[in-house]
Amino acid sequence: MYEKDGERYFIVDGHVHFWDARPENRNRFGEGFIKSFYDYHRNLGPEEYLWSLEKFEAYSEDDLLHDLFEIGYVDHAIFQPTYLTDFFPGGFNTTEQDAAVAEKHPGLFTANGAFDPRDGKAGLAKLEALHDRYDLKGVKLYTAEWKGASRGFRLDTPETARYLEKVQELGIKNVHVHKGPTIWPLDRDAFDVKDVDGAATAFPELNFIVEHVGLPRLEDFCWIATQEPNVYGGLPVALPFIHTRPRYFAQIIGELLYWIGEDRILFGSDYAIWQPKWLIEKFVDFQIPEDLQSELGLLTTGIKKKILGLNAAKLYDLEVPAAGARAVAPQPASAA
Amino acid sequence: MITADAVMAVLAGVRDPEIDEPLTDLGFVAGVDVDGSRVDVRLRLPTYFCAPNFAYLMAADALEAVRALPGVVDATVTLDDHFASGEINGAIAGGGRFADAFPGESAGGLGELRALFTRKAFTARQSRMCDRRLRAGRTFDELAALALRDLDDDPDVTRCIALRRQLGIDASTGAPAFVLADGSALEASGLERFMRIARLVRLSLEGNAGLCRSLLATRYGVPGPGDATA
Repeated sequence: MYEKDGERYFIVDGHVHFWDARPENRNRFGEGFIKSFYDYHRNLGPEEYLWSLEKFEAYSEDDLLHDLFEIGYVDHAIFQPTYLTDFFPGGFNTTEQDAAVAEKHPGLFTANGAFDPRDGKAGLAKLEALHDRYDLKGVKLYTAEWKGASRGFRLDTPETARYLEKVQELGIKNVHVHKGPTIWPLDRDAFDVKDVDGAATAFPELNFIVEHVGLPRLEDFCWIATQEPNVYGGLPVALPFIHTRPRYFAQIIGELLYWIGEDRILFGSDYAIWQPKWLIEKFVDFQIPEDLQSELGLLTTGIKKKILGLNAAKLYDLEVPAAGARAVAPQPASAA
Repeated sequence: MITADAVMAVLAGVRDPEIDEPLTDLGFVAGVDVDGSRVDVRLRLPTYFCAPNFAYLMAADALEAVRALPGVVDATVTLDDHFASGEINGAIAGGGRFADAFPGESAGGLGELRALFTRKAFTARQSRMCDRRLRAGRTFDELAALALRDLDDDPDVTRCIALRRQLGIDASTGAPAFVLADGSALEASGLERFMRIARLVRLSLEGNAGLCRSLLATRYGVPGPGDATA
């Protein structure tokens, strides 16, 4: 639990990875992929948290545990797998890799599963087996994943619907959607999140968590999330702007609070691209700049507690210790 | 005689269609070689996985602009360090269409995509113009009553007029200053609602532009932007 100024914050890091991007586990696309990640890491993080490319390609389990739980204030972390087997033959960050770590450290992690609607019937059986083995609470979908000649999939197709039906039938509640570039068809907008709309309408019992709050299509994300009560926003990629471009971050978080409200925004570090320690410290200390407050309002302690952990705890049925459960501070936080 | 400066000047007229800023300002021009009447331009992007459709549009637009420069007989535009460099460069050199670069992966051309982002760019510019005036004390009622001729000249206004022409929206001096992205008129209450959404479009565009600039700076070790957000 993170403590600051007498307040306790229960922390759920909703988006962490344990990946293997070593040269022996990648082709030229995998190399391009991890180098892009590394540029995000170098670019948006504080200098004292920068790693060498070699460490970034394959950090150890000890690094993961240390950065999240020993120094990073995280109470519970959710692994979001990204298979990318067309780039990384042994898998970039699979459910199996994640779960091997999770099982060694009971209570600290939730390992999410994944599916690919292009896998047909065999994929449905695979999802079921994955659930039998790991008792999945959520799945992560990377719609820009390549598969042979295909460079992605959409959520509003009959093929995906069959998988979402299976997800619902198995009792899995949370569907994390990560939009990346190069999605099929290539003549359309790669980052378009509109296909989430149809899926969220068709499956009202599932929670759809759109990672990086749809950026760089914030307008589409907010529009959909206002129509669909089961659509949530994950803060990876948006939150690191708190360091490099704080006024920009203020505008994003202010708009999110206006459009979707404080109950549907989830913290995530996207570890190992960024580390929870500095993100949490800066977020707890953050306030909307004074000249923007009349337009965007205030980021209260209660809102911060919800975003940092309480919202995710609800989605994942995590037990919140009494000390961290109170969203509203006894004294109103003074405006910074 | 054709000079590299003259080539850069025409490239300054080519924009990244996704964020509506010139390639030259974004640092996307990696090199210009002039050899008599032949011009070779190399482009570079912030990441290996930048969307190939926008990459293709920029390369194709750059080639068209360079070819139109008086005295140019032969021109090439190539894209460096991108997962689809081979496909895009091949299609551009062969005078092909986007669909030829990625056979079977697209349903048609990129016209619709370009139009969508031209509308987004128009919306974002209007949001900036509108917010500036609101901060200066104007009301939505007053803004809704303004015509284009009432706006002082600034880069956003100039660009808005150009975008109106591209989109087929009335750009005459008497036309309403603020309209929906499809050109329809707005009452004061509609303007207020529209501007709430327009602000999100603007945040997406500005955030994306800032990220592109800084990722490019990181990738190529060139000077990047500071925290210059409004």
